[in-house]
Amino acid sequence: MAENKTELQPIPGLPHVKAPSAPQVKTRILTAESVAEIQKKMVQYPVRKSAVLPSLTVAYRQVGYLNAEIYAELSAITEIPAKQLAEAATFYTLFPKKPRGKYLIMVCDNISCALCGADNLLRYLEEKLGIKVGETTQDNLFTLQIAECLAGCSSAPMMQVNHDYHENLTRAKVDALIEGWRKDG
Amino acid sequence: MAEHKLLLKYTDDPKHKHVDGYVAHGGYTAWRKVLSSMTPDQVITEVKASGLRGRGGAGFPTGLKWSFVPKDSPKPRYLVCNADESEPGTCKDRVLLECDPHSVIEGMAIGAFAIGSHLAFNYIRGEFDFPIAVFEKAVEEAYAAGHLGKNIYGSGYDLDVVTQTGGGAYICGEETALLQSLAGNRGMSQMKPPFPAVEGLYGCPTIVNNVETLAVVPHLINNGGEWYTMFGTEKSKGTKLFSLSGHINRPGNYEVEMGTTLRYLIEELGGGIPDGRKIKAIIPGGASCPFMTPDQLDTPLDYESIAEAGSMLGSGACIVLDERTDIVWTTYKLIKFFKHESCGKCTPCREGTKWLTQLVERILNGEGEESDIDKIDNICHNILGRTICPLGDAAAMPVISAVQRFRQDFVDRIKAKNVLPMEQFPFN
Repeated sequence: MAENKTELQPIPGLPHVKAPSAPQVKTRILTAESVAEIQKKMVQYPVRKSAVLPSLTVAYRQVGYLNAEIYAELSAITEIPAKQLAEAATFYTLFPKKPRGKYLIMVCDNISCALCGADNLLRYLEEKLGIKVGETTQDNLFTLQIAECLAGCSSAPMMQVNHDYHENLTRAKVDALIEGWRKDG
Repeated sequence: MAEHKLLLKYTDDPKHKHVDGYVAHGGYTAWRKVLSSMTPDQVITEVKASGLRGRGGAGFPTGLKWSFVPKDSPKPRYLVCNADESEPGTCKDRVLLECDPHSVIEGMAIGAFAIGSHLAFNYIRGEFDFPIAVFEKAVEEAYAAGHLGKNIYGSGYDLDVVTQTGGGAYICGEETALLQSLAGNRGMSQMKPPFPAVEGLYGCPTIVNNVETLAVVPHLINNGGEWYTMFGTEKSKGTKLFSLSGHINRPGNYEVEMGTTLRYLIEELGGGIPDGRKIKAIIPGGASCPFMTPDQLDTPLDYESIAEAGSMLGSGACIVLDERTDIVWTTYKLIKFFKHESCGKCTPCREGTKWLTQLVERILNGEGEESDIDKIDNICHNILGRTICPLGDAAAMPVISAVQRFRQDFVDRIKAKNVLPMEQFPFN
């Protein structure tokens, strides 16, 4: 839900947040759509700082990673100090801090997936893509990483690629997926 | 006692995730009933009478938790749904978010009303792109149909529901860390007291409830709290979702009455172990719970019986390990997760999980010494009870049970002095 339908209750002792009067923010990296999405989200909260995670999320979804320049742009939009945005961003693993391949492959290797062959899935992907865990292919198409439990335990082994879950994986399934992504480029 | 579908009754029906489908199945009648004829105290009384206990892992009585919100506080109150499901083995909340989001919204609404909250958050883990999209769509539908927003059903009650997405941190499933994260900070847990019910989000009274817990609530209002006590055991009421994973023929989410045996879950519902293999161990409630052994298969699945058997019901994530499984390897898989997820605030957890990982890794590499086993046990006992939040305990408990119940596996592995590869199970 973008905007609250009812008035936010003020909190005694804290400044009351009002909707920003559509400030004209100039951004180089973030698109007008991203800026608008963040502005919509930030007025949902009685305390502005709650917009930290939502704005980081919008930015990383658009750009694929976060860096100092992006924190600065987010800060201009949300009026949250850039260092507070960076402080939070560096705590959470969801936000890559440097560019990665077009397809970020995250393989869960926790216990439930490991019992169903996740470690050999990793080796299979390494072999297929010609990279090790943590690396990106030379054509910048694929980055391979290990993820901690993604709650796909009953459909193991599984992986998340960008925003999609792929579950109950087999070699044949992985082959078809990779082939499809290579074709799309 | 056996399978009983209360929460999973309609999850196979694709229409049920939309407001019309949900209403056709009797959805939002509880919310209407609450707003038209009940007081917050009456709602809390029903929930207390049901004996419902928190389904996130701790098992704290839900009605009692709600009653801790101070009635005379001049501050706004908040209800937060904890959908930061990330304990290895656990994938039950995801099903509810994806297939029955309106029951979560209705539960949140009733919970919010019970504590006098006009703003409720659903904190969903950031990796859940699909569940987030389904839930946000459901919230939109609920507003459009008048179940949320201003002056709901003409009752004068206002309620907003906001979806907040996490950043990929297990620690944020712990309520104080979750509230820090929701406030825009690093997700680090805080000392209790003050408890969130008194001083939570933005320093205001806040209740944090698990997805499954909230999804039960509409049933309690529709049928009365007393009705819920028909299901389950004397102290563990109702039904519970179990995520079955690992070496099992039919992995998946199952809903059974509390007190159903572990054997029924694994053999009847899960179809037993592939290729007729024997069970080596069972982790009954998620990666933070001590191991159980096959001789304990007749243990009833309720908070008390599982505790008596030396483990915990936790979130209901039942992980089955067959006879091929090396327990030292399993221990490594468990502890490396907690090492990665420790927020680093408390030294025993931050350093202890790192040391434990290094020790177990050393044994796996064939470089372990027999004294390492006692070192592992010693480190665990120095983490246990010495951290602000339960993550430290969660890391230590399964490891303690591994070296206690499977000590010989550690001894054998150390004596073997060879490298045990990480790739233990085939991927075909």
